[in-house]
Amino acid sequence: MAIMSFIALKMLIGDKAKYIGIIIGLTFASLLITQQSAIFAGMMTRTFSFLSDVGLPDVWVVDPEVQYIDDIKPLQSTEVYRVRSVEGVQWAVPLYKGSLQARMDDGTFQSCILIGLDDETLIGGPPTMLTGQLSDLRRADGIIVDQVGANGKLARRLPDGKRAPLKIGDSVELNDNRAVVVGICQITQTFQSNPVIYTTYSRATTFAPQTRKMLSFVAAKAKPGENLDALCARIGKQTGLKAYTCDEFKKLTFFYYLKYTGMPVNFLTAVALGFIVGITISGQTFYNFTLDNLRYFGTLKAMGATNGMLLRMILLQALVVAVIGYGLGVGAASLWGSYFGTHSQLAFRLPWQLLVITAVAILFICLTAASLSIRKVMKLEPAVVFRS
Amino acid sequence: MPEPTTTPANGSKIAVRCTGVTKTFGSGTNAMQALRGVDMDVRIGELLMLVGPSGCGKTTLISVIAGVLRRDGGECTVFENDYQKMSELQTTRFRGKNIGFVFQAFNLIPTLNAEENAAAPLIINGTKRRDAVAKAREVLQQVGFDERMMRSFSTDLSGGQQQRVAIARALVHNPRLIVCDEPTSALDGETGHKVMELMRNLALGTDRALIVVTHDSRIYEFADRIAHMEDGRITSIEESPRTTS
Repeated sequence: MAIMSFIALKMLIGDKAKYIGIIIGLTFASLLITQQSAIFAGMMTRTFSFLSDVGLPDVWVVDPEVQYIDDIKPLQSTEVYRVRSVEGVQWAVPLYKGSLQARMDDGTFQSCILIGLDDETLIGGPPTMLTGQLSDLRRADGIIVDQVGANGKLARRLPDGKRAPLKIGDSVELNDNRAVVVGICQITQTFQSNPVIYTTYSRATTFAPQTRKMLSFVAAKAKPGENLDALCARIGKQTGLKAYTCDEFKKLTFFYYLKYTGMPVNFLTAVALGFIVGITISGQTFYNFTLDNLRYFGTLKAMGATNGMLLRMILLQALVVAVIGYGLGVGAASLWGSYFGTHSQLAFRLPWQLLVITAVAILFICLTAASLSIRKVMKLEPAVVFRS
Repeated sequence: MPEPTTTPANGSKIAVRCTGVTKTFGSGTNAMQALRGVDMDVRIGELLMLVGPSGCGKTTLISVIAGVLRRDGGECTVFENDYQKMSELQTTRFRGKNIGFVFQAFNLIPTLNAEENAAAPLIINGTKRRDAVAKAREVLQQVGFDERMMRSFSTDLSGGQQQRVAIARALVHNPRLIVCDEPTSALDGETGHKVMELMRNLALGTDRALIVVTHDSRIYEFADRIAHMEDGRITSIEESPRTTS
């Protein structure tokens, strides 16, 4: 077969108009499928970005009615002690998470996400500090602001109209309380893209509007060797609260957004469009390419090429355009994501699973087109060669 | 393959023997009987022309003989092999090794150059590309191609040149039977003459037979025998002046 492959490739590449048409169609399909899926994956990843950034805890304890991470149903502050008393818990710390308004220099307000960390341990802090240190939060009125927020929505407006990023030493007014920037951190962007402000738990409960209950989560660490599912069940039984492992809490949040927002439909529509573009443009062009070459396939058949040889020739042609179209599309999507990922706040995440999904989709498009072509060639009577 | 049989009549060996061959296209009221019991022999070493009006069944008959179309009835053996007793795969492989084709419309693959087109039958039969092209170049030289023409694509060649590539392609794998369907109908008289001269000189050998379907009376002189067909039957077979002289 290897020797027939050169005839197959020459037939394919020699018909430049169709060859390029098929490649362009597949490239667009691959680009659309990859890019839209990657944006969707990026946005969905942001829904549980807080959990991803807080690496230490194994178990998150919340009110049983909580449906996702931003669905805060405050707990009594004493729940921390109850969780600590459960067998198998190495440590447990309180965490505050809420939304509040930051007053800007020009008098406008900006919604921010406020995270209050355990005063003693500062567990739950940002994964990467760019300037300052996490322990600086112990300084009076100290807050740490995420880099995107500091450079963007919380940037100070200068008299000449330009904006200057927040830096260490700047003060911010949070719910009528003065806060001082003691560090700038890098975090995974949140779903809402609001600035994230870290402070201590006790200070967060001062900044935030007062309610009877202020505790958002209890973050707990299991003792070494402890079965996490069993520990979660034990915590639930002893405290009446709901305990999730980190992965379970991510899944809960992920599926909440999947179920209660229109995002999957929107993105699936875009992905389907990519698929349809692939099928209609590339599939149709590939089929036409075979129809145009039917006389030559018939000639090869008359000259002794078996159906198996012709089948492998068409499959090779389909695979070649699939690989090239896939490579160009995925490459273009990666470049696009890489550029906009660094020059904007675009949510773009391209895990290997998406590459596999796109590859399967492109392969499906090509094999569907090829199967129609193969059917035509298999049924071709070699006697067709004598018809002028 | 067994040795060809000898006909008692004139001592010539037989390449193709058709007895009562029938072929019908369609069924019921739409049935069209293209062959109505063809009896014909083609001898080894001869060029037999099959002539007759359009629609008389010439192309159907060579399709059956070449093994690209299954007959409905009668007997037809090619070097004593009966396609009806072979599987489709065996028939295809038999064609690949033993039959050469020359078509009215040349049927050269436009994206292959002349030497690659001519090499195609060898490649199909499993010869390595380099060896196949080398052999094809030898045959193309015999049909008068120079280096530049060998690298030309069919779109850059004249009709006569394309037909010469087709002849090279039909010969390159040394088939024992060559079937030609209207090989000169797309060519002017002079070019057609040259093409037939080439075929006669190159293609005919002591162990090879040629069947040429044609309308073109200008090339009758190249035939050893001329079989006249009408309405799905061979009505007469005449020795050509070449043979009788």
